[in-house]
Amino acid sequence: MSLSLFVLQVVNGVEYGLLLFLVASGLTLVFGVLGVLNFAHGSFYMLGAYLAWWLSERTGSLLLAILVAIPAMVLIGLAVERLAIARLYARDHLSQVLLTYGLVLLFNELQRALWGNDVHGVSTPRALAWTMPLGETQTWPAWRAFTALACVGIGVAMRQIVLKTRFGMRVRAGASNAEMVEALGIDVRRLFAILFSAGTALAGLAGMLAAPLTTVYPGMGESVLILSFVVVVIGGIGSIKGAFFGALLVGLADTFGKVLLPGFASAIVYAVMAAVLLWRPRGLLGPAFEGR
Amino acid sequence: MRRRLLLLAAAAALGGVAFSGDRFWLQFLAKAMIGSILAMSLDLLVGFTGLVSLAHSAFFGLAAYLLAGLTNRFDLVNPVVTLPLCVAFAAACALVIGWLSLRATGVYFIMVTLAFTQMLFYLFNDSPALGGSDGLYVKARPIEGRAAAYVAIWAAVVLVYLLLSRLLRAPYGRVLEGIRGNDQRMRSLGYPTRRYKLVAFVIAGALAGLAGYLDATLYGFVNPAQLGWRQSGLILVTVLLGGRGTLYGPALGALLLAFIEHYGERVTDHWNALIAALVIAVVLFLPRGLAGLVQGAPRA
Repeated sequence: MSLSLFVLQVVNGVEYGLLLFLVASGLTLVFGVLGVLNFAHGSFYMLGAYLAWWLSERTGSLLLAILVAIPAMVLIGLAVERLAIARLYARDHLSQVLLTYGLVLLFNELQRALWGNDVHGVSTPRALAWTMPLGETQTWPAWRAFTALACVGIGVAMRQIVLKTRFGMRVRAGASNAEMVEALGIDVRRLFAILFSAGTALAGLAGMLAAPLTTVYPGMGESVLILSFVVVVIGGIGSIKGAFFGALLVGLADTFGKVLLPGFASAIVYAVMAAVLLWRPRGLLGPAFEGR
Repeated sequence: MRRRLLLLAAAAALGGVAFSGDRFWLQFLAKAMIGSILAMSLDLLVGFTGLVSLAHSAFFGLAAYLLAGLTNRFDLVNPVVTLPLCVAFAAACALVIGWLSLRATGVYFIMVTLAFTQMLFYLFNDSPALGGSDGLYVKARPIEGRAAAYVAIWAAVVLVYLLLSRLLRAPYGRVLEGIRGNDQRMRSLGYPTRRYKLVAFVIAGALAGLAGYLDATLYGFVNPAQLGWRQSGLILVTVLLGGRGTLYGPALGALLLAFIEHYGERVTDHWNALIAALVIAVVLFLPRGLAGLVQGAPRA
């Protein structure tokens, strides 16, 4: 493998990892604070991608479509939380898995009914439709760089919010003991609703950013959902920092696997996960005690 | 006692269908019965041990794929040879996956079983040697003829029911229910709970393998989608629909789901939305499933 090809794989892996981080951070927060295992999280990714495609066809601009689609995703998140997820807070994992599995089926049918089974390409905005040279022979699309930068920006903003604001303090408190937070007189219902819709919007945004790179197709949410689960398991449930490192690890393992061991690429990620679990059954940065 | 008579009557009626020779009903009920083997064996984990596994479809698919490999590559068809081989293979895979997955508990366990299932799905889906996304045909079927296959599947359902109900009445089954109630307490009473759970996982995996073997025998075909996580989700739905923690409930759930699938497909192209609505409604309003309707008072 030449140096420039190696560098290309590294930047692609990091960019993919950052995208996974957007999806996985919502998943891990919703589980850590709300205590709900949400299988429909991948559907939000898919919805985001479809909205980006559909709106950019209408408006002619992907960036405009993203600006419209993000509030739409927030609203979808609020609706799903109120109508379905809020009924699960006191229920066991099995009920959560099954109800959110039902939501996955529902969203898949919705996508089929609204947009059909075709694969759709999404064109990158003209301002970002160029490539940058990488060494002698390789190039890297500007849209991937934009995606990576956007993910880094959102990651940094999330860190600031979680660590520096009152809202973030409540989120952290909720992650360690939601009942106690409620007992202290904080409106947990509101906190949960905001957090869930933020997670929804993040997953949707990841789908929108990925749309020009991967095209938009039925079932696109599911592979991302499962990879996000792997990320969360590797990083430790409830840990944003863990999700970050887990996502980079998975992104790099997947990208290099596709180059070095084509045909087994998808399996490599799971082998990494199995190795981490053998070493630390609660993930790299997971709670040391028997939590939720 | 009344329940026993009802079950006996149902089993006899199902067996009797074999003599009708009706193509549609033989195929339809055979499929439903395979579903009920899957659901009953998964209920051993979900309803009785409190382990939510999403790896059940993996063992189903692994046994089916092994049958395809044995018949196509090695001309091994005779069920006396292939059946034990396929079931043992599923059990061995369940031992490995279970041993790894049971290092994790609670929600980690769910995610890890899900990840292993998808790993196997991609392994078969992405490799042309294993049939790729199209799957494989089983060139020679171990049991020829629709009626003969039906009788074999019927016998398997009856045996699986008897085996599981015997197992659950034995001290071993009581320990499993104790683990579902409180794992830590069982451990402090001196039971090596992880080993108990692993044995349950292997038994359930072997039975899922039996179902996969029968399915491949009935249809002569296996594809990777049968092994993916959506399939596992559907088996979980079957268990929930019928009522977890009972054996006849999930068996009933499989029959009901087969009906919905068959007639739903005729009514609307979007019958998956029907299933979705049903799942959501059952989780919210009928958490103990159909068996909960039959039984009335909750079971301890």
